[in-house]
Amino acid sequence: MSFYDTLTRLEQLPYGRVWKQYTALDVKRALRLEQLDEDGLMALLSPAAEPYLEEMAQKAHRLTRTQFGHVMQLFTPMYLADFCVNHCTYCSFSSIYDFPRKKLTLDEVRREAEAIAATGLRHILILTGESRNESPASYVKDCVKVLRSYFSSVSIEVNPLTTEEYADLRQAGVDGLTLYQEVYHQETYRQLHVKGPKRVYRNRLDAPERGCLAGFRSVNIGALLGMYEWRQEALATALHARYLQDKYPECEIGLSIPRFRPYLGDFNPASDVTDRALVQIILAYRLFLPRSGISLSTREPAALRDHLVHLGITKMSAGVSTEVGGHTLEGGTPQFEISDSRNVDEIIEMLEAKGLQPVFKDWDILDDSLAMP
Amino acid sequence: MQDPLVIGGVTLTSRLFIGTGKYSRNTLIPEVIARSGSQVITVALRRVDPESKDNIVTHIPSHMTLLPNTSGARTAEEAVRIARLAKSAGLGNWVKIEVINDQKYLLPDNTETIRATEILAAEGFVVLPYMSPDLSAALRLKAAGAAAVMPLGAPIGSNRGLQTKELIRILIAETGLPIIVDAGIGRPSEAAEAMEMGASAVLLNTAIATARDPLLMAEAFREAVSAGRNAFLAGLGPVEETAAASSPLTGFLA
Ligand code: SF4
Repeated sequence: MSFYDTLTRLEQLPYGRVWKQYTALDVKRALRLEQLDEDGLMALLSPAAEPYLEEMAQKAHRLTRTQFGHVMQLFTPMYLADFCVNHCTYCSFSSIYDFPRKKLTLDEVRREAEAIAATGLRHILILTGESRNESPASYVKDCVKVLRSYFSSVSIEVNPLTTEEYADLRQAGVDGLTLYQEVYHQETYRQLHVKGPKRVYRNRLDAPERGCLAGFRSVNIGALLGMYEWRQEALATALHARYLQDKYPECEIGLSIPRFRPYLGDFNPASDVTDRALVQIILAYRLFLPRSGISLSTREPAALRDHLVHLGITKMSAGVSTEVGGHTLEGGTPQFEISDSRNVDEIIEMLEAKGLQPVFKDWDILDDSLAMP
Repeated sequence: MQDPLVIGGVTLTSRLFIGTGKYSRNTLIPEVIARSGSQVITVALRRVDPESKDNIVTHIPSHMTLLPNTSGARTAEEAVRIARLAKSAGLGNWVKIEVINDQKYLLPDNTETIRATEILAAEGFVVLPYMSPDLSAALRLKAAGAAAVMPLGAPIGSNRGLQTKELIRILIAETGLPIIVDAGIGRPSEAAEAMEMGASAVLLNTAIATARDPLLMAEAFREAVSAGRNAFLAGLGPVEETAAASSPLTGFLA
C-alpha cells in the first residue's frame, strides 16, 4: 500500500461536481469538528468555504498558538549545485538552459556555512539539482559532514533517493527531508516534466515514505501551487501528509505551500493561485493537521508574509539566496526569483514587532562521542 | 505553615513548576517566574544555544532549579545523551525525561522512559520522568530510581485539563512518590483540582505562555496551586448523596 492508491481513488472523483456539492452547512460542520475528516477537509477547500475564511483563520490561529506558541522557527536554504539532467518546464536549472553551472567545493561549502551561521541561523536546508554525476548522494554526504559543525539541524532537498541512501545520509547527520511532489495530478505531471529521470512519477511520490522508513525526524512535502487546479492539489497534499503521519507516527510531517514564481524561462502555469486561495489552503492544512509544521518561503512578498505569520505558519526562511554559493560567491543563476529579500535581522525585527519569538535552534545533532557505551 | 516539597535534596516552597517554551519573547520569562513564585523551570536542551544572542538560559534567575528536558528524544538512548549534554553544559543534574515517538498526539513512550530513567538515575541524575499515567509503569520508574513521576493530565499543549484524573488518583494513592501533574492543565481551576487530589506539584507552560496576559495568568496559577494544596492539607469534607444534618439526631447517645 502506498499513497498512490489513495491518489488513484482521488483522481477518479468528478471534481467539477464534487467541489460544488459543498454548502455553508458543510463548512460550519467542519469548523465544529475537533478532528477534521477527509470530507471536512474538502468542505474547507471548496468554494463554499470562501465566505468563512475569517472563522477558519481564527480557529487556525488559536490552534497554532496552543500547539506551537508565539514562536517562529527560522531556516535558510543553501544551494550546493545547479547541475541538472531534467527538464522541468518551470525551473531555471532545467538542462535546456545554457549557463555556467556550478557546484560548491567543500571549502566553498565551509565559507557559505560560516557566512550563514554568522547571521544566527542554526537550521539549514541544502539543495541541489538532479545529477547523479555532479551531485550524487555521496557528494551531499560530504557537504553534510562539513555543515554539521555549523548547524544544529541539516535538512536536504535533493532528487529522490533510495531508502538506503536516505539512511546513509541520516547516519551522516541529516535529520530532515524536504521533497515536493510539485504536481500530484498525473497527466499534468507528465506534461511539465519533459525530460529526465524526474518523469518517473511513482519514484517521486513514494520518496517521502522512503524518507520516513529511513528514519528522518522530519519529512516535509508540498505541491508547487499553480501547476494544476489548486483545490485538488491541496487536497492531495494534505491527504498525503495525513497518510504519512498515520503510518509513521514517529516522524514529524510538515507541509510547504510554494507558489509558482518567475524564473529563467517563459512558462506560465495553468492555474492562478490568488492570495485568498493561498490563505484558504494554509488554513485548511492547519485545521486538518493541527500539529504539522507549515513552512513559508521567500517566494511570497514581504507584506503578505507579514500577514501570514498569524495564520498557521510555523517556519519561515530568511536571508535567502536561491543561487549556488549565493552568500559568498558572485554571479550564480537563481533557481527562481525570490520576493522577500529581507535579511535575517529584518525578519527578526518584523517577527518581534508582531509578538513572535524567532527561534534559531529547535534541534540538536546529538554528539556521537556522548553516545551510550 | 511549613509544607515544603523535597525533591532530589532540594527543598521547594512553591509547587508550581513552569516552562520556557512558546513565549513571544524570552524576556517575559523572568517576569513570569517572579509572578508565579515558581522555583523550578523546565527548559528544552534543544532550544539552548550558548552562542546565540538570545540564549534562553540567560533569562533564568540563578535561584531557580533548572529542569532540563529531553524533548525531541525518540529513544532512551537519545534521552540519555541529551541529559548528559545538559549536565556537561552546566545545567545541573536534574532532568525531565521526555521520550516521545508519536508526533501526532505527542504521547510519551513509557517503556523507553523507564529504560532512560534506569540509566540516568544510576549515574546520579535527579530523574523526573514524563509519562502516561499507568500504575505499573510508575512503579517501574520508582524502582528505576525516579525522584518523582510526571503523569500527563491531557496531551501536551492541549489545555484540555485533567482528562486522566482517575489514573492520576491511583498513582497518588499507590506509588509513594511525589506526583507532578504535567501537560494538559489549561486553567487555574484544573491546577487547583490536581492539588486537591493530592498531587505534589503541577508543571505547566502552554496555559501561561499563550494566555492573553501571561503575567496575570502566572499569578492566577500561583494562587490556584496554593489554594488546592491548602484544601488537600485541610482535608476535603465528605461528599454526601443526601443532605447530612449538622447536628445528628443520635448525638445524645454518646
Ligand atoms: S526542478 Fe529540480 S529537477 Fe527540475 S529542472 Fe529544476 S533543479 Fe532540475
